[in-house]
Amino acid sequence: MDPSDKQQEPSKGTVDGNSRRKFLVNSGYALGGLVVGGALGSLIKKKPAAETAPPKTNEGAAAEPKNYNRALMFFTQEQFRIVESATERIFPEDEAGPGAKALGVAFFIDHQLAGDWGFNGRDYMSPPFFTGEMTQGYQGRLKRRELFEIGLRELENYSMTKFQDSFVTLTGEQQDELLKGFESDEVKLTTISASSFFRMLRSSTLEGAYSDPLYGGNMDMNGWKMRGYPGNQMSYLSIIEKDYTKLDPSSLQDHLVSH
Amino acid sequence: MAKTLPKTDVVIVGVGWAGGIIAAELTKAGLNVVGLERGKERKTEDYFMVHDELRYALRYEMMQDLSKETITFRSNEKVRALPMRQYGSFLIGDGLGGSGVHWNGQTYRFLPYDFEIRSKTIEKYGKNKIPADMTIQDWGITYDEIEPYYDKFEKTAGISGEPNPLGGKRSSEYPTPPMKKSPAMKMFVDAATRLKLNPYMMPSANLSENYTNPDGIARAACQYCGYCERFGCEYGAKADPVVTVIPVANKTGKFEIRTHSNVRRVLHKGGKATGVMYTDVTTGEEIVQPADIVVLTSYVFNNARLLLLSQLGKAYDPVTGTGVIGRNYAYQVAKGSAIGFFENQQFNNFAGAGSLGVSLDDYNGDNFDHSDLNFIHGGVIAIGQSGSRPIQNNPVPSGTASWGTEFKSKSVHYANRTLGVGAQGSSMSFKHHFIDLDTSYKDVYGDPLLRITFDFEDQDRELAKFMAERCSQIVKEMGADKVDYLKELGPYDIMTYQSTHNTGGVIMGAQPGTSAVNTYSQMWDADNVFVVGASSFPQNAGYNPTNTVGALAYRAAEGILKYREKGGLLV
Repeated sequence: MDPSDKQQEPSKGTVDGNSRRKFLVNSGYALGGLVVGGALGSLIKKKPAAETAPPKTNEGAAAEPKNYNRALMFFTQEQFRIVESATERIFPEDEAGPGAKALGVAFFIDHQLAGDWGFNGRDYMSPPFFTGEMTQGYQGRLKRRELFEIGLRELENYSMTKFQDSFVTLTGEQQDELLKGFESDEVKLTTISASSFFRMLRSSTLEGAYSDPLYGGNMDMNGWKMRGYPGNQMSYLSIIEKDYTKLDPSSLQDHLVSH
Repeated sequence: MAKTLPKTDVVIVGVGWAGGIIAAELTKAGLNVVGLERGKERKTEDYFMVHDELRYALRYEMMQDLSKETITFRSNEKVRALPMRQYGSFLIGDGLGGSGVHWNGQTYRFLPYDFEIRSKTIEKYGKNKIPADMTIQDWGITYDEIEPYYDKFEKTAGISGEPNPLGGKRSSEYPTPPMKKSPAMKMFVDAATRLKLNPYMMPSANLSENYTNPDGIARAACQYCGYCERFGCEYGAKADPVVTVIPVANKTGKFEIRTHSNVRRVLHKGGKATGVMYTDVTTGEEIVQPADIVVLTSYVFNNARLLLLSQLGKAYDPVTGTGVIGRNYAYQVAKGSAIGFFENQQFNNFAGAGSLGVSLDDYNGDNFDHSDLNFIHGGVIAIGQSGSRPIQNNPVPSGTASWGTEFKSKSVHYANRTLGVGAQGSSMSFKHHFIDLDTSYKDVYGDPLLRITFDFEDQDRELAKFMAERCSQIVKEMGADKVDYLKELGPYDIMTYQSTHNTGGVIMGAQPGTSAVNTYSQMWDADNVFVVGASSFPQNAGYNPTNTVGALAYRAAEGILKYREKGGLLV
């Protein structure tokens, strides 16, 4: 095992700046010394104030079963925090209900990137690769997990360039400004398209908010509850001819348990 | 060295609707049939966890694995074709039952006009109505001739419906009554009636009541669970080949299905097929299955691709317009639609069935005057209630931001306050729309991928705009507070899902030279080869294709039995 991998393990809560920089250089994701240095510097020196460390310890809370799903399969802690902040801006908490963060969207995206989807397992990824017309769809050689790694790093770089601060510490308005820069391709990236990274972030946010809780998002079906979606129901025979009917949602786990 | 198996009477390539129907009919008549299916076995029990939008609708559980094989696409011959690396515009089915498992179940009959489109258009509007490069043609069969086969398929599937006031004549009623009517559907009917249009209940394979078909197959009624398209039915209520025709073939003891068997060549000699070569995808072994009769019933793309790879039939040349394999690829103009936002009314949008809806054909075929219009044909307009699943359905009024506070609150607010009315526009064939073999991209076996050359034309742009305006009138009449509708069609793109109604490439016609198969789906160039499916549509109608595919399969089965007796070309 590459020693730099080891130092990456987020076992200790603190991050050693030097080894992290080495890791990035080794992995080939160094994107110009100055910016990377700056981005890293900020990641290291600032622990985002209002946090959110993923798994809650359940000290004291007696019989509450642990949710063992709340750990990371792919993201580093920093990546996780950026995704959590960015998706919350895309799908924020409001009077109607929870936003991406409370729904567990960042966990959902992490888990998805760790599997088939992150590796583009069922996509045609054979060469040769050419830049295509707009109408021909994605023609890159990078996999989704690589696009995320690069996209998140670039978002952080952009944050440092524009606000001299880490993305997760910015105000909501500042974060929106950066996301808009990606959405509109105002940010020019060499390796990936900023707007297509943004689109992927947006669509996976909706997936995390509204897919079955089985996948780690849509916490306690709160995404469904918010919009009156009843989830997994075996029959609507009794209401199909009726006006809007509010139903308690049901999940695939409920279905498995009851059958 | 390929292993050669004992000869069979008939080998079927692809066991979906067409393959299943033909297998059932031929085995009932006593023939021995081998069905080769490249995907896996499927059964109703597979769908215990089917109400999973992410897995089935967004991760394409039921679809072909594109890492092994895809298609390439270009808008025209000047552009380099590139692979469809991820799903978008259409979804290619995989496994036993094929696309017949993940369909919605909308089971329309084409209009009489559709089958004789070229002669009827010229008759009414003159030769100049058809642009020089538009290669539409008559099918060689009329509506009246195909009607008995429609009737047969509808009875097998148990279609629920009521007569279309503007459709062709029917020899009998639908086997089951129409589906239930939701409040939104009632609003559509009322609005359409006030506009002096002719609404009718969408013909549905979802089954309005328990039904036993003429083969003795019993199925339960639909529960309106809202998971049809892209999903399999956990009740077996939605007619699909696995719960209708395949068990009939199996019961004869004369049908052998081999799954995981990917046919790669039709073997032929002196104008006759001798069998097929396939790869057992679990072992990689190449196997030859000799047969007296070869029937291709895979999806549109693979039917054409197999013939091209096997060099059977004359490949289409877009420069000279000669040759037939790959000719007249067409699609569907599916974007001409409107959406209404209702402030003070909520609907059970989450409930529904794939073919729960109300349709009208006032703007389909030649049911309206085209004298002053810059296009021919049209499409069916319908309100559908197929179950608005939450990841893929987040409509917001135009002008709303696509993310952030405004998007979130409006998408949640309108989740159950929107109704859509859409048109399935027909797609005419053109000289420069075709499919052939790609010159650089290959599948997992090293065989060239199929290449699509296609774009929208003025015909499509005019048609889409016209249909969208008609849809918006209806939605307004239904009382929507705000209506958004398509203003410009734009170019055809491979990323946006539009429709899995690809057609053509091995088209049907009255004579060789301009068609690959006759009206029994029998190849002009090899009389023991039958190529069945939407690949035989000379252009596409303004409807879903499955009823016509089913009808053509029944007719092909009849043809194969005749051929078995007498031999030779049947027409």
